[in-house]
Amino acid sequence: MENYFVLPFTVGTVILFSILLVKYALWISKLSKIDKLRIVQSIFSRRTLSAIKECFMECLIHRRIFKRNILLGYMHMSLAFGWFLLIVVGHIEWVVYSGTFVTYPWNSIFFQYFVHESFPGEKIMANIMDFLLLFVLSGVLLAYFKRINSRMYGIKKTTKLKPRDRMTMCALWLIFPLRLLAEGATASFYHNGGFLTNSVGRFFEWIQISHTTEEILWWSYSISLGVFFVGLPWSRYMHIFTEVLLIGIRSTGVKLKKEFNSYSRIQVYSCSRCGICIDVCQMHISNISNNQSVYILKNIRDQNLTDRKLFNCLLCGRCEQACPVNINLNDLRISQRIRATKEYNSDYAFLKTLPVEQPVEDKTPEVIYFAGCMTHMTPGIKKSVLKVLEKANVNYQFMDKDKGACCGRPLMLAGQYEAAKKLIAHNREKILESGASTLLVSCPICYKVFKDDYELGQISIKHHSEYFLELVEQGKITLKKSDKSIVYHDPCELGRGCGVYEPPRNLLKMTGNLQSIQQEKVNSLCCSGSLGDLCLSMSDRNTIKAETLKVLLNQNPDMLATACPLCKKTFVKGVDIQVKDIAEIVAESMEN
Amino acid sequence: MIDVLIIGGGIAGIQAACSLQDLGLETVIVEKEKTIGGHLNDWDTLFPTFRSASEVIDYYTEETRKRALTIYLNTNVISIKKVDEGVFEVQTSRDVLFRSKSVVLASGYQLFNAERKEEYGYKIYDNVLTSADLEKKFRRLNGQPFKTPTDKTPKRIGFIHCVGSRDEKSGNHYCSKLCCVTAVKQAIHMKQVCPEADVFCCYMDLRMYGPGFEEMYREAQEKYHVQFIRGRLSEVSENSDGTLQLKVEDTLAARPCRIQADMLVLMVGMEASKNTALFKQSCNLECASNRFVKPNDHHIGSNQTNVPGLFTAGTSIGPMSVFDTVNHAKSVAFAVNEYLKNSEL
Repeated sequence: MENYFVLPFTVGTVILFSILLVKYALWISKLSKIDKLRIVQSIFSRRTLSAIKECFMECLIHRRIFKRNILLGYMHMSLAFGWFLLIVVGHIEWVVYSGTFVTYPWNSIFFQYFVHESFPGEKIMANIMDFLLLFVLSGVLLAYFKRINSRMYGIKKTTKLKPRDRMTMCALWLIFPLRLLAEGATASFYHNGGFLTNSVGRFFEWIQISHTTEEILWWSYSISLGVFFVGLPWSRYMHIFTEVLLIGIRSTGVKLKKEFNSYSRIQVYSCSRCGICIDVCQMHISNISNNQSVYILKNIRDQNLTDRKLFNCLLCGRCEQACPVNINLNDLRISQRIRATKEYNSDYAFLKTLPVEQPVEDKTPEVIYFAGCMTHMTPGIKKSVLKVLEKANVNYQFMDKDKGACCGRPLMLAGQYEAAKKLIAHNREKILESGASTLLVSCPICYKVFKDDYELGQISIKHHSEYFLELVEQGKITLKKSDKSIVYHDPCELGRGCGVYEPPRNLLKMTGNLQSIQQEKVNSLCCSGSLGDLCLSMSDRNTIKAETLKVLLNQNPDMLATACPLCKKTFVKGVDIQVKDIAEIVAESMEN
Repeated sequence: MIDVLIIGGGIAGIQAACSLQDLGLETVIVEKEKTIGGHLNDWDTLFPTFRSASEVIDYYTEETRKRALTIYLNTNVISIKKVDEGVFEVQTSRDVLFRSKSVVLASGYQLFNAERKEEYGYKIYDNVLTSADLEKKFRRLNGQPFKTPTDKTPKRIGFIHCVGSRDEKSGNHYCSKLCCVTAVKQAIHMKQVCPEADVFCCYMDLRMYGPGFEEMYREAQEKYHVQFIRGRLSEVSENSDGTLQLKVEDTLAARPCRIQADMLVLMVGMEASKNTALFKQSCNLECASNRFVKPNDHHIGSNQTNVPGLFTAGTSIGPMSVFDTVNHAKSVAFAVNEYLKNSEL
């Protein structure tokens, strides 16, 4: 049989889909019961449609990468969407030719090898296929060139690749040029190609290649396909199929848990190692270039993650924001920290003995205020919050006025989940007992954990910037505007962490001249003071902070405003201008 | 052209000018304030002898008058430039360009801004002072009974060591070395003016390095019953009556504790003066990681800098006591003299 050359492709395909089937079945079976129920319930819902749309936009078109850089987006789109269309249109071509819908995959994949005679629509189909091949080849060319000059693609630092990835990548790089040559070789004998393959065919005709050469080229094409398929599950290209699975499962509402489970694994395998997360990482400023998310995910896959890398991260969320696959990089890292951490002797029995603060007035408070450790460390902020509450005549209870417990977020960031749970349970009880309808928080670090992990039911959790804005809107306080120019720094936990960007800005617009800066909102920089990093030295932090300040103070504002006590504390020692929390600014701008 | 331009009219600058004059060199002093004496003007008494700081200033004022030293007061130095043939051109706020063969930096230090350590509540709570504020209060006391800023007679007074020293988070990793003994001195002084009050100090280490210091420390404990708690202060909060609540760790007892106090004194550290950074830019002066001027040779040439002809006297190279400053200023005269003799100017 002369058709043996389809074997490498066929074997590769069988191996690939067997592995994928087994892996995916295993992962899905290991999901929690609730998650599985979610999936079953959502299969025939509108969510599936939106998931299909997302798969099309992200896995094929690569819309998010386009947003980052057009050239990079085009490269990904031409490879993914182009290849996808080659398969689909290739099958249509077979259907047009044979009139049957079902066939062996090799018949459509190696169509030009098998079908020499003409059929209605042959020229149109051949030209469409050639056009698609050209489309994919342009992407392959761009991929070659990206290895030489990645800066043109908006990427300064590219991912360091492993040998396994390199081998699979080389196979991928060879597939389409070999397909062109193989189809060209057949076209040199039968002229059954389109504009592109026939041109190559004419060249082959001119140099008079033999049928053996044609055979060799088809074999090579098939082998490169086979090698790529076999290598795929073991390389970064696993993301091609896993991302589809991820989008599907995510659309059903499955969320990442604190423990590392099979959904976490699906996220890890969805990483394409595109390297977009590398450039946005501020750690490079201190020459730390081995702990970026792409490497962490790679290490998780290869089970060789070191604590040093794992804990050396500000958890600012800039990589998560940039990730084109929308992987929950911060939570994944925290789940690994929980896994890597031994629980220390966290006996919080003494918390039971702490006195409970009584509300200011003798009735159920409307607001329960939790200042948190960081606000206690910045008494200027604490005083201002209380001043505003008094001024607006709010009936509040100061939950941790004297002997309060920590919110649990620092422990969570350090992977001390069990210890954090105890504090959370303690605080949760106190909050619910108070009967207040609003929990007011003046620290974004606490705010994040209250929102994510406290399950406070009907109680609305408000950061002081949100709450003060409400007070202004309700006319309970009035602010007077000064002509001071203000630049606002978005705290990571408040901005990217909880999506609060506008309330602080709206307040600042009422009190002064708010200037916008280059990197703000989702793209804002970390102050470097983050509690998320357990390894970073003070001097490295200072280097990172200096760069952040350069961006913030570029326009020489009169005042640097922020909404986080830790950011304030971090910046204060680095600048001469005033650094103030939004609470202080509001308290100072209140009209009598 | 003058022989030596001295930047700073504190005790280092004046002493350097006196010694240089003794060696027959012509000097000009530029001082940014309206009087000479620098930080010493704000101080009441000096360790370890409780001598009045004004006595020292009076001595230098008298010397200045006797020797008819040339001093430009209210004059800020904007830049120091070394031009051709090693001549220094010093631009000042008076629109006078000084040309000199050598320059002595006696521009001193500045105190750590305690507001940066916000958790200690300086300028937020009324009863939190710095060591410099307390000296000013002592100066104005004139035998009147001592009152806290909220006008009460204090019953418990705390001194907090290492505020802005040995504290990377506040940006200063180094030891200011004088705050320990200053705290002991001020604690004793406090006991002398308020014998009924309890006085305590929260410290990391007590660095009683100089002659008479250790004796003072013993006296503070034995005679004045000042309590020394080994551990840092974490945060301060204010009670409704204006008194303060301190969260401290007692590392010898290995437990956290809460202490009430009527008044708190923060022993602020010494930082390189802002002008040092300015000079660093204008004449490529090398500074150490603590931002003070880096001596060219720590052991046998601490007056020299990396710029030939540019010398230092006093605390521009790091925290120094009054007597160390005076000695350093005396030694700069010999260094400058040797330089001018060997140079071709």
